[in-house]
Amino acid sequence: MTIILRRFLGSLSVAAAVGLGGCATLGGSPNDPLEGYNRAMFGFNEGVDKAIIKPLASGYKTVMPEFARTGVTNFFANLGDLWIGINNILQGKVGAGASDFGRFAINSTIGVLGLFDIASNAGFEKHNEDFGQTLGRWGAASGAYVVLPILGPSSVRDGLSLLAVDWHGDPLWYVGNIPTRNELIGLRVVDNRANLLDVSRMAEEAALDHYAYVRDAYLQRRRSLIYDGDPPPEPEPGKTSESGDSKETAARARTELPPAQIITERGERIITAADEELTPAQEFSGASVRSAAAGREAVGVIGAIYEPRIPSNYDALLAVSGNRTALAQTSLRP
Amino acid sequence: MMKLFFALCFSFFANTVSAQDLAPDVQVKKITDEVIEIIKQDKDIQAGNRKKIDQLVDVKVLPHFNFSRMTALAMGRNWPKANAEQQKVLTAEFRTLLVHTYSGALSTYKNEVIEFRPLRAAAGDTDVMVRTQIKRPGTEPISIDYSMEKMPAGWKVYDVVVGGVSLVTNYRETFNAEIRDGGMDGLIKSLAGKNRSLELQASSKSK
Repeated sequence: MTIILRRFLGSLSVAAAVGLGGCATLGGSPNDPLEGYNRAMFGFNEGVDKAIIKPLASGYKTVMPEFARTGVTNFFANLGDLWIGINNILQGKVGAGASDFGRFAINSTIGVLGLFDIASNAGFEKHNEDFGQTLGRWGAASGAYVVLPILGPSSVRDGLSLLAVDWHGDPLWYVGNIPTRNELIGLRVVDNRANLLDVSRMAEEAALDHYAYVRDAYLQRRRSLIYDGDPPPEPEPGKTSESGDSKETAARARTELPPAQIITERGERIITAADEELTPAQEFSGASVRSAAAGREAVGVIGAIYEPRIPSNYDALLAVSGNRTALAQTSLRP
Repeated sequence: MMKLFFALCFSFFANTVSAQDLAPDVQVKKITDEVIEIIKQDKDIQAGNRKKIDQLVDVKVLPHFNFSRMTALAMGRNWPKANAEQQKVLTAEFRTLLVHTYSGALSTYKNEVIEFRPLRAAAGDTDVMVRTQIKRPGTEPISIDYSMEKMPAGWKVYDVVVGGVSLVTNYRETFNAEIRDGGMDGLIKSLAGKNRSLELQASSKSK
C-alpha cells in the first residue's frame, strides 16, 4: 500500500495527475469519476512498490532490530509533530496544537532527538493532522478520488494540499545538504513501508477488488480523520440507516434479523421479504434519508459527497444536541 | 503492525455463556482479556499455527458476531434483492472471508495495551458502539470501534471499524460493482473464488 509514500517525491505535479483524468468509466462509484486513470496509476504504483520499495522495506525489517526501527519511526514522527501542531491551531484546536509542540519539546530533549517517544507515555497523545484535513475542517469537500504517481491514494483536495502546502511543513525538505536530505527521505519511506508490510498483505488478502478496497478505505479513513475519529453518520442511504448511531438503527436492531424483514420505528418496511422487488424509493424510508440520496445523485461527478460541511457552530451543536444524529442532519442542510 | 489491530478486532469476544448479562463494553473487555491471555501463553499461535488460531477464533470469537447482519450491511440496498438461498450462501462466503482476514492477524499480538473509552449509551439502548484504542510508538493511537446490538442471546457485533474504516461497509462499492456486472450469482462466484484461492494459499504455506 502506497499511502505512506505520499510524502515521497513531494514535488511531483498534481496537475499532471488530475489532467490525465479524461478516461472516466461509466457506472462506477460516484466518488471516483477518474476511475479509468486511477486504476492505471494504481497498477503502476503497485508495480513500483513490488519491484523496489517493498523489497527494500522487507530487507530493512529483517536486518534492523525492532528497537532500532522504533527509534527511526519515532525520530521522523517527532519532526512531523510541528506541522501537526500548526494544523491543529489552524483548525482552532489550540489545546491540541499546544500539546503537539509540547511533544516536540519533550521528545527532542529528554527523548534524545526524538528517538524515544517519552511524551506519549507522559500523556501527550500523538495526533494525525495535515493541510488536507485542515481544509476539510474548514468545509472544503474532498473532490474526486485521485491516485497520485508514487504517492498513492489521494483526492483533489488532499493531493493539492500535499503537493502545494504540506511539504513546506516538512522539516526534512529544509536539510541543506541535498544527498543527506535525500537519504533521510528515503529512509523515512522505507521505514514507513516496513511498518505497513503486514497491513498491506492483509488488505490484499481481504479484498475482492484490491483497487476498490484501498480506495474505499482511504475515503473512509480521511473522513474519519477530519472529524478526529468521531464522524457523523455518512449521508448515504445504506450507511445512514445502518450505522451504529441513528435512532432508526436502534429501532431496527430491536426487530432482529433474519434480515429479510426489518421494520422502522414508524412501522415502515425498509427491507422486505427477499423475493419482493421494491423500487429504490420504497427501499429506504424517511424524508431525510431520501433527500440525502437525491443530493448524492445530484452532486454526481464532482464527487463532493464524503464531507458534509462542518457548521461553524459545530462544537456548540455537539454540546447542545448531545447526539450525533441531530448534528448530522444539521450538517446536511444545503 | 496493523495486523495487530485486526487481531484485536477479534480478541475481545472470548466469552460464551455469562456474557449475556454483561454491559457491552464490559463484555468486550472480558473477552479481549481472555483471548490475549491465550495468545500470550501459546507459542504455536504466536508462530502462526493456522489450525490453532482457527480453533481459538471459532470457539472464543465467532459466537459473538452476527454475520447475517454484517452481510446485509455490506450489501446495502442489494441485500433485499437476493433471494433466501442467495442470502444464505452470501452470508456463508462473506463470513469465511472476514474470518480469514481476522485469523491471519491473531498471531501477531505483541503486548500492546488496549484502552477502553467510556461507553456513551443510555440504560435501555439496544444498539451501541464500544470504542477502544491501541497505543503504538511514533504514531497516533488507532481506534477500534465495535457496533453491537442486543439480541436474545446477548450482545452481538455487526460492524468493526478500525481507524475509521468499517471492515464491513468497505466492501459495499465492490459488491455493488460485482452485482452490476455479473448479477447476484456473479458476486457469489467472486466471493467463493476469493475464498478458494485464500485456502490454497494457506495450505501451500503450511506445507
